[in-house]
Order: sequence, then structure tokens, then C-alpha cells
Amino acid sequence: MPNAVPLSWYLALSAVLFTLGVGGFLFRRNIITMFMSIELMLNAVNLTFVAFSYRLRQIDGQVFTFFVMVVAAAEAAVGLAIILIVFKNRATLQVDDLRTMKD
Amino acid sequence: MDPILFLIFAAVAVVCGITVVVQTHPITSALALIGVMGSLAVLYLLLGAQFIAAAQMIVYAGAIMVLFIFVIMLLNAGRERKTRGSFLARLMGPPLLVLLLGAITFVILAVVPRDAMVKFGTYTGGTVENLGRAIFTTYLWPFEITSILVLIAIVGAVALAYKELD
Amino acid sequence: MQHLWLIPALPLLGFLINGLAGRRLPKAVIHTVAVGTVALAFVWVLKTVIALQPLATPHVERYFDWIRVGDLRIGFDLAADRLTAVMLLVVTGVGLLIHIYSIGYMAHEGGYYRFFAYLNLFMFFMLTLVLAANFLLMFVGWEGVGLCSYLLIGFWFLKKSATNAANKAFIVNRIGDFGFTLALFLLYLNFKSLDFGTVFGGLAGWQTDTGMGTLTIIGLLLLVGATGKSAQIPLYVWLPDAMEGPTPVSALIHAATMVTAGVYMIARSAPLFLKAPIAMDWVAGIGLATAFFAATIGMVQTDIKRVFAYSTVSQLGYMFLGVGTGAFGAGIFHLVTHAFFKALLFLGAGSVIHALSGEQDMRRMGGLWKKTPVTFAVMLAATVAIAGIPPFSGFWSKDEILLSAWQRSPVLFWIGVLTAAMTSFYVFRAIFLVFFGTYRGEAHAHESPPVMTLPLVVLAVLSLGGGAFQVSKWLAPMFPEHAPPENPLLLAVSISAAFGGALVAWALYWWRPALPDMIAARLKWLYRAAFRKYWVDEIYGATVVRPLVGTSREVLWRGIDVEVIDGAVNGIGRRALGIGSLLRLAQSGYIRSYAAWVLLGAVSLLIALGVLGGVR
Repeated sequence: MPNAVPLSWYLALSAVLFTLGVGGFLFRRNIITMFMSIELMLNAVNLTFVAFSYRLRQIDGQVFTFFVMVVAAAEAAVGLAIILIVFKNRATLQVDDLRTMKD
Repeated sequence: MDPILFLIFAAVAVVCGITVVVQTHPITSALALIGVMGSLAVLYLLLGAQFIAAAQMIVYAGAIMVLFIFVIMLLNAGRERKTRGSFLARLMGPPLLVLLLGAITFVILAVVPRDAMVKFGTYTGGTVENLGRAIFTTYLWPFEITSILVLIAIVGAVALAYKELD
Repeated sequence: MQHLWLIPALPLLGFLINGLAGRRLPKAVIHTVAVGTVALAFVWVLKTVIALQPLATPHVERYFDWIRVGDLRIGFDLAADRLTAVMLLVVTGVGLLIHIYSIGYMAHEGGYYRFFAYLNLFMFFMLTLVLAANFLLMFVGWEGVGLCSYLLIGFWFLKKSATNAANKAFIVNRIGDFGFTLALFLLYLNFKSLDFGTVFGGLAGWQTDTGMGTLTIIGLLLLVGATGKSAQIPLYVWLPDAMEGPTPVSALIHAATMVTAGVYMIARSAPLFLKAPIAMDWVAGIGLATAFFAATIGMVQTDIKRVFAYSTVSQLGYMFLGVGTGAFGAGIFHLVTHAFFKALLFLGAGSVIHALSGEQDMRRMGGLWKKTPVTFAVMLAATVAIAGIPPFSGFWSKDEILLSAWQRSPVLFWIGVLTAAMTSFYVFRAIFLVFFGTYRGEAHAHESPPVMTLPLVVLAVLSLGGGAFQVSKWLAPMFPEHAPPENPLLLAVSISAAFGGALVAWALYWWRPALPDMIAARLKWLYRAAFRKYWVDEIYGATVVRPLVGTSREVLWRGIDVEVIDGAVNGIGRRALGIGSLLRLAQSGYIRSYAAWVLLGAVSLLIALGVLGGVR
């Protein structure tokens, strides 16, 4: 067995994880779980970036991953704060109950 | 050696990913997500991104997910209830997901040449110095902006969730 | 440089002072400013005319470029030649006398400052009209005097009949202005300029029209404008109604100056008309028809101002007859003499009305020669002048016109003579009704103050002796040779017509006063028709005014504006609302459906980018 892994496998894994993340976002009803699906998607994208960084022998892909992580952290902080407030007002974490924007 | 490592950790990642999505209890989903991140960190190492792998564990799994778990416990989130939801999501969702996966895979197979291989140790450029140099020279501007972004996020989070001590 | 601009600028200054500050000024200051500026303008005119002697060629002063578009250049240019000089003297001179008269006449009226301000503004525009060296500037003055006419006719704006008359004057004038404007367009098209010098100089290369050539069309359009301003058929209907304004206004604007603008304009455009004989014939024809027609109406009116109004229309017709048959100098000469005696007739009538505290119906006057002797004397002077009795001014000017008419065609002469007889008849009729016999009214008559009678005396002297001015001889070098032979036989005919008319008036209103009513009873239909002005106003109302107003209201307003335009605009609004409410359905409130839409978009984008990127 050669001591190498085809690059396309990495990318395929990333695709699968991304699709799982999207599916989670579409089909879960708990808002926190939806958030976690978003994190899953971000991770999948990070994997793609690092893979291409390897392929192109450039550091830029990893720089991008770095920034993605920073932004994800900021987003998580603010997002969870919002969820806290929504929970305080609505006492529910079911996203389908949060539809006052309709009216 | 590489393929074995890859397959093991890829499998762990996928299984954990499915768990995140399918499981009904949030805590379980969170823990599964941590598993995904851990396996991804190993894969980063295989790809020669040492700093990113470390950062992934420290920042993502060690801070962000801990924050998630704190919030879940704070809110005492329980099992998810089944509610009647968006008809549209249930209708269009599955086909679109399939389409998404198919499109991405198609593009990958078309663009990436068959003989592109990943061998551990081939790329040693993912060092802290290289990353630092790039961030502080070419990407200085985004770096500064993101630091401000983090500041905004801190202030925002505190402002939002702050509770007056009675 | 004679600083011609001062002539119109002085009354403008008077207007600004009285118009802006007049409300707070005492009456003495107001009329001093108004009369003073006109007097100064008159002095400046005299100085200019004397300085420019012998005034063989026009003296042009160009001040600044007013319009400069493409190859059109219109400047604020003033010019003075003999024709201008005559007009200037008449406008400022008679204008000055009327301003002085107004001090007395309007002494007890409200809006004192407003009256004098408008009067000064009128002088400004009229002088601009006369001094203009190009057609457009003349048109500015033309429109301006129309505006002032409107303002002054409707001076007592709380009176419905006055405001109606003002509207009528302005609107009818506008119709004429439309013709004038079309003429301006054609002039520019053919001569690339509206400057008098350029246009008339450029005529040298044109052949005299034999049929409906361009020059004839321009001439006819100018005639349309002139009929509006100078109250000829068919646009004369506003002048009798204009009597609603104060009498000084009737004298100044509707006798001596504004209404003569049409005659002036035709005289000024003589080079053009001389090359368009058909247009000239139309001028003469309309003039004569109007003169005859208006005289028949004037013979039977009972309001003293109406009589003189129709007389003005008739005399203007004479002027048109004069210029239309080529006797430009004679037409202008009649303009001058008419300014004297018609202004005098109106001011005298004003004096009578003032004396009788507002009475205007001649059937309630009579025997006033004892109570108002000065007024009687000056009115008599004006009457003999207008009747054409030699050797007074009217005889000279009217006679020249009649001789010129004979030269063109004897028919014109005979109709003109008949009209002259009617003219003599109706003025003497007025004199007999007002001043002779026994007083048929109830008011306490008193003579007017000197501030009013003095200008009358001056005008009377001018009316009697104005024949000495020899205006047409002085103007002759400006126009081509046109000297109809002296024909003693024709002279005799016209003199006898004048005396004949006076005789008939004496017979009917002094010798056998019962006769007029008997004659009226016998010729009932004819009398009714003349008295009711041949129902021209009613005809116009039914054929023109009502359909126009009706169409405007039903079709243009209700139909197009409300339904089509408003409908379209409102319809767009409603459509937007409709589409909006459709699109709103996509906003279900479910986060997950939003996510589904986003996914749909993302996948489409992905596939599109892939295809575009050449992925097969």
C-alpha cells in the first residue's frame, strides 16, 4: 500500500461533512443544535482550505483557516448570547416557535 | 501508515457528524461535535498544518464547544420535541442535499488530478513562523479587522446577556 | 448716445417706488412720484428729438445681449426714428396730461397707490414697445401693456363685472398674440433675425408676393395680432367691456396709446407689407368693415362711455384703412389726432360722470352746459374735431385717409364717407343728450376741480389746432411715395358728410326730440340688432367659449387627467402593493424554510459556476 492518501479523499470527506452540516441545519428543531451544525459546516470548509494549502504548497490556505476560526469564535459568542435572550423571552428553544417575523 | 490513519479518523469524523445531526439531545450532539473536531485535528496534522491542528483543539474544541456546553447546561435544554415545521424544508431539503453533495463531488473529481497525493512530511510549511509571517505582512489588514471584530463580539455578548444583579 | 433707455426707465422707477412703498406713502407723494417720472420722461423725449434733428436715419442704441442661442441673437436694443419720435411724443405727452387728470379723478378712490403704480408700469411697457429695435422686444412691450390693461380694467376687483371684463380683455388679446407669435417664428425662419434693420434690409432680396407667399402669410399673422390689440373685427369684443375700468384708464390705454400699438406695429412693418399686397388689402378691408360696423352700434348706445368705446373701435378702423391703402403717414397722423380728441372725450365724460357722482346713462343727463361750462366747452372742441369739421385736426387726418382710400377703390371711399357721417352723428348726439335740453337726472352737478379741467383744456387746444402738426408730411420720407391727388370734389363730399351727420343729430335731439323713439319703433329690428351689438358676444359665447370650456372640463379634466393620468399613477401604486402581497408569502417566518431557499440558491450558484468554469 503506498504511503500516501489521494487528495480527493480529503476533499470528499469535507464535502460529506459539509452536507451533513447543511442537513442538520435544515432538519433539526433545536436552535442550539442548528448552531452546532453551522460549526460543523465551518470545520468542513477548514479542511478544504488546509488540503489545498498542502496541494499548492502555500501558507495562505492556513491563514484563511486561522481567520475562520477567529470569526467562528466571535460568532459563537454573540450567537449564544442571542439564544440566551430569546430563551429568556420565549422560554423555548424550538426554532419553529420563533416565527413572529411572519406577522 | 497514512492511509490507515486517514481512514480511521475519517470514519470517526463521519460517524460523529452523523451523530450530531441525527441525535435528539443537545449534549450528545455537542460531544459528538467535539469528536469531529478532534479527528479533524489529526487530519490537519497529516496535511502538515501543525499550528492549525493545535489551534483547532485549543480554540475550537477547548473554548467554543465548552461555551456551547455551558449554554446548554444553563438553559437546561432537553430532548427535542417534534414539531410541525416548514413544509418547504421537508420538501426541498433531501433533493437539494443530494444535489449539493453530487455537485461538489463532481467538481472535485473534475478539477483535482488523480495522482495528487498527500504524504505526511512532504509539506513542512505549516509552521508557526510561516503562519505568523503571513499574518503580519500580507494579511495584516484582515488581522487587525478581525481583532476589532472579536472586541465587538465580546462587548456585544456582554451587552446582550448581561443581567443586573438585583 | 442719447440714453434712450431713460425714457422707459423713469416710469419703471415710479412703478417700483409706488408699488413697493406706496402703501405707506401719503397721497401727495404718490402722485408726485408718478406724475413726476412721466413728466421727466416727456422732457427727455423732447430733448432727444431735438438733439437728433433732423432724424433722417434711425438712431439705434444697443445695450446688451438678451438672448444668444445658436445663431439667434436678440439684444436689448432701442431705436429712434421719425415714427418712434411721433409715438413717443404722443405717449408721454398725452400720458402726462392723463396722469395729472387722474390726481383729481381718483382722489376719493381706494387703492390710490396701486392705480398710479399700474399706470406707471403701463407707461414703461408702452415706451418699450415703441422704442424697441427688434420684434421680440416689441412683443415684450406688447404683452406688458396687455397685462397692465388687465390689471387696470379689473382695478375695482371686488366688482364681478370688472374682473370678467379684465379676463375677457386678456384672453381675447392672447388670441391675437398667438398670431403675432407665429409671425415671429416665420420671420426668424426666413430672415434668421428679429432685428428691424436686419429683417427690413433683408427684404431687398425678396420679390413682391403675387399670391399667398411667405411675406403675405407673415403679414396676415401680424394682422391677427394687431386685430387683437387694436380691437378690430373679429377680436374687438373686449374693448367695450373694458369701460369697466376707471375713466383715465379708458382714456389712456383704450383710446390714446395701447390700442394704437397695432397700427404702430403695421406701420413699423411697412417694408414687409408693401411687398405683400394681399395682406395690405386685408388690413384695409378689416379696418373699413370694423369702422362701419362699430359706428352703427355706437349710434344707439345709451352709456356715454360705451358710445366712445365703439367710437374708438371705429376710428382705429380708419387708421387701419389708412395704412392698408399705403397711406402710412396718414394713418399715424390720425393716430395722433385721435389720441388728442378721443382722450379728451373720455376725460370729459369722466368729468361729467364725476360731476354727477357716478351717473353714466345719457338718458339721465341733460342741460349740463350751465352747470359744467368748462367741461362743455372742451367736449364741444373734441366733438367738432372727431366729426371732421374743418379746419380742426380730425378733418385733416381723416381726409387724407379717405383720399388714399379713393385711390385704392372708390367703394372704400363711399363706405368711409358714410361712416364719417355716422361718426359725426353719434358724437353730436352725445353732446346734445348730455349738455342740452333739461336735466333728466337727480344728482347735484358741479364742475370738476382745476387739476382735472386744466389737462382737458390743453387737450382741447391740441384737438382744435392739431392739424398744424403736419405729421404725415414729416413721416413721408420714411415710406414710399404716396400722395393721392388733391380732389376738391371728394373734399366737398367728406365735409358735407360731417355737417350732414351733425345736422341730423341736431334735428333728432334738439329740434324734434320725439323723433328718435319714433324712428326706433319703425325700424324695430334694426334698432334692436344695433343696440344689442348684433349679439356678437352671445354668438362668441355659444360657438367658442362654451364648447371650449365644456371640452376642457369633460374631456381634458375628467377624462384624461382624472381617469388616465391619475389612474395610471395610482394603478402603478396598486400594482406594487399587489406584487408585494404576493411576495410576502415567501416570508413564512420559519428559519428553516429560509435556509432551504438559501441552499437552493447556493446549489444553483455552485452548478452555474462549475459549468461556467468549464467543468464537463
